[in-house]
Amino acid sequence: MTKHIKAILWKQGKDTFKNKEILVQFVMFPILTVIMENAMEIKGMPEHFFANLFAVMYLGMAPLVSMAAILAEEKEKNTLRVLLMSDVKAIEYFLGAGIYLFAICMLGAGVIGFAGGYRGRELAFVLAAMAVGILISILAGAVIGTYSRTQMMATSLMVPVMLVLASLPMLAMFNERIAKVAKYFYTGRMSLLLNSMGNGQEIAEGLWIAGANMLAAVVLFVVVYRRKGLE
Amino acid sequence: MKTILKVRGVKQCFGKKTVLENVNLEVGEGEILGLLDPSGAGKTTLIKIITGQLAPTEGTVEICGTSGEYKPNRGVVSAEESGKPAVSGREHFCQKIGIMMDNFGLYERLSCYDNLKFYAKLQGIPMKKIEETLKKVGLFQAKKTSAANLSKGMRSRLLLARALLSEPKLLFLDEPTNGLDPATAAEIHKLIREEQEKGTTIFLTTHNMAEAEKLCNHVALLHEGRIVEYGNPGEICRRYHHQKRLLLHLAGGEEVVLPHDKSCAEKLLFYLEEGKLETIHSTEPNLENVFMELTGRRLEE
Repeated sequence: MTKHIKAILWKQGKDTFKNKEILVQFVMFPILTVIMENAMEIKGMPEHFFANLFAVMYLGMAPLVSMAAILAEEKEKNTLRVLLMSDVKAIEYFLGAGIYLFAICMLGAGVIGFAGGYRGRELAFVLAAMAVGILISILAGAVIGTYSRTQMMATSLMVPVMLVLASLPMLAMFNERIAKVAKYFYTGRMSLLLNSMGNGQEIAEGLWIAGANMLAAVVLFVVVYRRKGLE
Repeated sequence: MKTILKVRGVKQCFGKKTVLENVNLEVGEGEILGLLDPSGAGKTTLIKIITGQLAPTEGTVEICGTSGEYKPNRGVVSAEESGKPAVSGREHFCQKIGIMMDNFGLYERLSCYDNLKFYAKLQGIPMKKIEETLKKVGLFQAKKTSAANLSKGMRSRLLLARALLSEPKLLFLDEPTNGLDPATAAEIHKLIREEQEKGTTIFLTTHNMAEAEKLCNHVALLHEGRIVEYGNPGEICRRYHHQKRLLLHLAGGEEVVLPHDKSCAEKLLFYLEEGKLETIHSTEPNLENVFMELTGRRLEE
């Protein structure tokens, strides 16, 4: 790992704990899961209901919002330009911010999985599924952050995307048409995977959809990055 | 004297608008060059080109024999990377220059110390340099204060500290005292002088004439994208000293203007003998007068 990536990881770590808007993204759903899994008991409620629900909302919101907000803030305040002037390459910046967000989000994912009562192989499966979702969300956040010149612009773009990604799985529970669409989104597919704990067929379909979603995010990122860069 | 910065035939166009035209500059080691022009007439664009933030439409820039070239999305790359002969690599190029620009941001939630620590980590600078630099710019007592809570003067000093951290050979200061009170501006001037005494070459942009006359070895007057005058501030002023006159302030508030020749000696002696003479002023123009003569406008316009 280069000294630049290490420095960016250090800066993100210092900054996050003073950035309430970002911090709340990381802690809100893990805390909600702990509370709801322990406080709510509804007759006929599926096992791990709240953990699965919040896990999907978490991976659809926290990494996406954080990545987009961090990038947009750096661009708006011209700190990103200073970084580039300090010999930091764009790829190092993306890796630094991305690795940091991935690590923090995986911590949250661990809390959600553990609070949801998953243990052993089941917990590993939940974490693996969430890791894939978090990666795609980070890429989606990078697309929005790279496209936006200001934080305001990033917010106006990230809110609808985040709402669609995070609420689709929940809406799919109540509407069959939405369910048909939701299964082609990675958050929808993660929800199906977690609820069924993945048989072979589910996992194969899940991987295929996640792969297609990731490819779409990468292509979108490359297009936006080539057009907008980090300026 | 070793040349640190060479700008050759730089032209910059934005669409059909030409912002810079055939700009040529040379700055020797340990000199302070002041670039003066009315706001928005190209000086920040020129700094961006020199520091590799912007690719010029035409022309070349060399810093210590290395030409930095801008690549979109990658910032500055050395000539070596851009396929031209080079003296050193990209990292070396970046470490040779320090930049303080008013629009360059700080990490608002981080303390002064942490803001500098981040850049020290990025550039592999020893941590002990951070406290030294904070002491140098007078921010040591505020090292734990977050950037968001700093006054404008303190922010300027922190921006300067960040530019000085890597001990650059060439320091770019874009209006370093803009909007500061006279006392803080004087502190910044003192720091600039100290850096010059250490041998740092400084490229300063300002529209403050007094600042340029006080600090700069050479100034370049930029007007409508062209350098219309270049040289030592005193020499430039003497060059435009067309109306050679003496202005006398006499007791009682009377003002007398005398021609700058033999004929005034008698009158001058008379006023001295009578004890009427309070002050004598030369009427040579200052930089602002020169600029007005050359361009027909004031710098602050």
